[in-house]
Amino acid sequence: MLLLLVCVPFVGALLLPFLASRLRLPPAGVASLSAFLGLILVLTQATPVYDGEVLINRWDWMPAIGLSLAFRLDGLSLLFAQLILGIGILVVLYAHYYLSAEQAQSRFYVFLLLFMGAMLGLVLSENLLQMLLFWELTSLTSFLLIGFKRRDPAARQGARLALLLTGGGGLALFGAVVLMGQIVGSYELTAVFDSGQSIENHDLYPVILVLFLIGAGTKSAQFPFHFWLPHAMAAPTPVSAYLHSATMVKAGIFLLGRFFPVLAGSELWFYAVSGMGLATLLLGAYLALFQHDLKGLLAYSTISHLGLITLLFGLGTPLGEIAAIFHIINHAVFKASLFMAAGIIDHETGTRDMRRIHGLFKHMPYTGALAMVAAAAMAGVPLLNGFLSKEMFFGETLALRWLSEAEWHWLFPWAATLAGVFAVAYSLRFIHDVFFNGEPRELPKTPHEPPRWMIVPVEILVVLCVAVGTLPSITVRPLLEAAAGAVLQMPLPDFSLAIWHGFNQPFFMSLAAMGGGVALYAGRHWVFAVHDRLPVKLSGKRLTEGLIAYLFDFAHRLDHALDNRSLRRYSFLLLLTVLVLGALGLWGAPLAGSGARTPLDSGALLGGLLLGAGALATAVKHRSRLIAVLMLGLVGLITSLLFAHFSAPDLALTQVLVEIVTVILVLLAMYYLPEATPHESSLARRVRDGVLAAAAGIGIAVLSYAMLTLPPDSISSFYLAESKPAGGGTNVVNVILVDFRGFDTLGEITVLGIAAVGIMAMLRGLVLAVPERDWLGRPWSSDRHPLVLVTVSKLLLPIALLVSAFLFLRGHNEPGGGFIAGLVTGVGLILQYIAEGSEATRPRLPWDKLGIVGAGVIIAVLTGIGSWALGYPFLTSTYTYVTLPLIGKFELASALFFDLGVYLAVVGTVLMILAGLGGLTRRADSV
Amino acid sequence: MEALVSILIGVMTASAVYLLLRTHTFPVILGLSLLGYAVNVFLFASGRLQLDSAPLVEHGLKQLPDPLPQALVLTAIVIGFGMTAFLVVLALRALGALGGDRVDEGEES
Repeated sequence: MLLLLVCVPFVGALLLPFLASRLRLPPAGVASLSAFLGLILVLTQATPVYDGEVLINRWDWMPAIGLSLAFRLDGLSLLFAQLILGIGILVVLYAHYYLSAEQAQSRFYVFLLLFMGAMLGLVLSENLLQMLLFWELTSLTSFLLIGFKRRDPAARQGARLALLLTGGGGLALFGAVVLMGQIVGSYELTAVFDSGQSIENHDLYPVILVLFLIGAGTKSAQFPFHFWLPHAMAAPTPVSAYLHSATMVKAGIFLLGRFFPVLAGSELWFYAVSGMGLATLLLGAYLALFQHDLKGLLAYSTISHLGLITLLFGLGTPLGEIAAIFHIINHAVFKASLFMAAGIIDHETGTRDMRRIHGLFKHMPYTGALAMVAAAAMAGVPLLNGFLSKEMFFGETLALRWLSEAEWHWLFPWAATLAGVFAVAYSLRFIHDVFFNGEPRELPKTPHEPPRWMIVPVEILVVLCVAVGTLPSITVRPLLEAAAGAVLQMPLPDFSLAIWHGFNQPFFMSLAAMGGGVALYAGRHWVFAVHDRLPVKLSGKRLTEGLIAYLFDFAHRLDHALDNRSLRRYSFLLLLTVLVLGALGLWGAPLAGSGARTPLDSGALLGGLLLGAGALATAVKHRSRLIAVLMLGLVGLITSLLFAHFSAPDLALTQVLVEIVTVILVLLAMYYLPEATPHESSLARRVRDGVLAAAAGIGIAVLSYAMLTLPPDSISSFYLAESKPAGGGTNVVNVILVDFRGFDTLGEITVLGIAAVGIMAMLRGLVLAVPERDWLGRPWSSDRHPLVLVTVSKLLLPIALLVSAFLFLRGHNEPGGGFIAGLVTGVGLILQYIAEGSEATRPRLPWDKLGIVGAGVIIAVLTGIGSWALGYPFLTSTYTYVTLPLIGKFELASALFFDLGVYLAVVGTVLMILAGLGGLTRRADSV
Repeated sequence: MEALVSILIGVMTASAVYLLLRTHTFPVILGLSLLGYAVNVFLFASGRLQLDSAPLVEHGLKQLPDPLPQALVLTAIVIGFGMTAFLVVLALRALGALGGDRVDEGEES
């Protein structure tokens, strides 16, 4: 059920473009319908949660790393889910009227729904790793929403800044969660809650807490990470109303509440969290007063209120948590309505500059009245919701006196009152400056009331402000109790939500805040002048951007210092570094082990001499390219003998076949490339390279000897023992390839396919000049397709195919298999191309070569998926024995089909590479 | 025998490294191929040297060799071919687009 709930917005986002474009439904309608459906789903689940029950739905996902798909509905998630969906509906409705027709595309609502889904997933997560996924998703979707006005540089910068900070915070949070999961041994919230004090008593607790607070603090715009939020105001106003009042910025707060039972209670928590909250509260409230942009004022006031909530969480008292949750609700309601009102003003006047908007009350009295009520709630005026939670907040700061550990307790009431003074002053500015204070100046539009339905969401929210403010016990108490119960994880203390508590200290603090705020606003001209003369104007945005610019600059300079666009230089430095590191690693290590030595025989010695001579000759004679290629071929052939000699028949077969196709390939390429390499390197350079090469060779030889003489210590006894019983084959190498490590092989044939595609792309449209004569000045042979070769190749092809079928079928038990059979087929077919030319061969091999590669990979994947269908993990193989006439009894393994995929991929790749390169000649000839 | 194989791996590596540092694409391709051989033999040798046998069970063989490095090297050989082919075509494409087969443009020799 909870999974369904989280899926609703995502499905809505998926269907929305289709419904909007094909069925001509208004996108806002689809979006609000999705949110409405979600809300109904939540409400059907809500009743047991109000009674303190916790609903958990869980499915295994990746049990090996502790990741499951698990959702949890408790009081806290219920509260947030209702906020996300409820305010979501109102925001969608509002956006429908706010956005211009050009902006109000499906795209906007798709982003909004994706964000809604991500938030829901976040607050409903039971599994912590899954929670992190949704957390990142909220960062990404909010990036899309903030940067929605793509052509506006401010929007792009704001979006980038927000992503940078919240994304960075996400990384820190990831660290915190993984550490917690390691300590508890589970990533399920229930288990984490049950772990009691184990996290707090752990040595890593300070690290966890700091990482956690960076994660929560960046998201909830806490000092010193607060500065992204004002820049995010470049988003369309519905986005600000949704993300920056009710939802995303509350995600960090949500985390504080979520992990309160696990992390809170220590002295460190008190100082770090309440300190961060206090700084944010004061700074936000102070700066809000000096904003001239309506949304800027609201943004800084949001920062301040988030600081207030954080501070309450930091205090750690049960009543403080209740106040914090209460303020989450209240702030979401009044701030969303204020953002919407600011949007309406922007929409109807064409500006948000408070130095120009004045006296709007005459033009839009109804909007004005609603906005004033909401602003009064923000200021904490009695009979409105903001007053109640602010009163509780004041009360809690006073209560600190009784906590012995809090040495700075006297600071809190004063700071709270001071923040209250500023809150009253900026709320007053919002009311007085905008709606009264003279006449509007140079407005782009003549202001008037907005369309009827645009104001409805504001109406609903303002009614909520009043309802909660006057009848708190009826309207909000059950939800508050459920949420607070989930945060505290213990019975709630008795608390009173009355409107009037008598003449007590909190009330006097409220009075002082009111009086101080009015006085501050009255003397604003003087205050503004002082603020303007303040020497320090720190901008977090400029600081961050400067830091980023510096990092880029640094990387650029480092890059330039190392990089002179010379591959040779890179190669040299790279090889030198490897050599030095390798030498350091080997220093002092024993250079010979105690393993058994194999006796030397004369055949091996002869082969070794040839191999060494071939390798050296390749290097020494590299300027005569043909000779070098022949020498390389010699090295390859002897290498295959080496494999055969040391008990690796499969490798020997593979090596000899690859050697053939490699030599064909290189010879084809030589047709275009100059035959000889000019003499360019200076002697000094050659000596330098020679020394490096010799050092590398010696180093590798020493390393090889050390390794070869160590007694073997291998995991292979498992493969040898299980090859027949588990894999059904006696050729252990092949069984490993198609069964035990089949997934690796699948990756490898995919890589082959990718290489083939890359080669095809590079060959496309490539035309090279073909030399008319060879390097000795002789004309090319006029007999392009010698009769002898044509005849022999035709004879050879069926034999080659037969051999490859034989090698393929027996591969599971004897040397052979898909790779080798594929190479044999490839060589046989390539011979046809060479003998008769691609012109003549093409009609007889009409298949799309890329298609063959693709078919191979797909067959291999399908074989793997087939085992899913039978309820086994991917690529589990099975086998049976089949008796066929003539052939007799043989074993049929599902791995055979996998090997068929390998076969096809190899054949396709070889053909594509060589025939493609050969085809180049034809194209060049016809030019 | 161990010493012989080690020396061969070393010689192949040395030749390959020297070729890698040349100025033209062709020797660099040869060098990479050669380095591929050296690495393959090295990996193969990590299963130690075993004469007169094969990684086949139920064939009456005693002293089976280590099959795992063999399986790894088998695919490495084929992929090595794919990589060589890719480089060859890249070199040709560079020849077509830039009109030369030098690794670097205009650096000192």
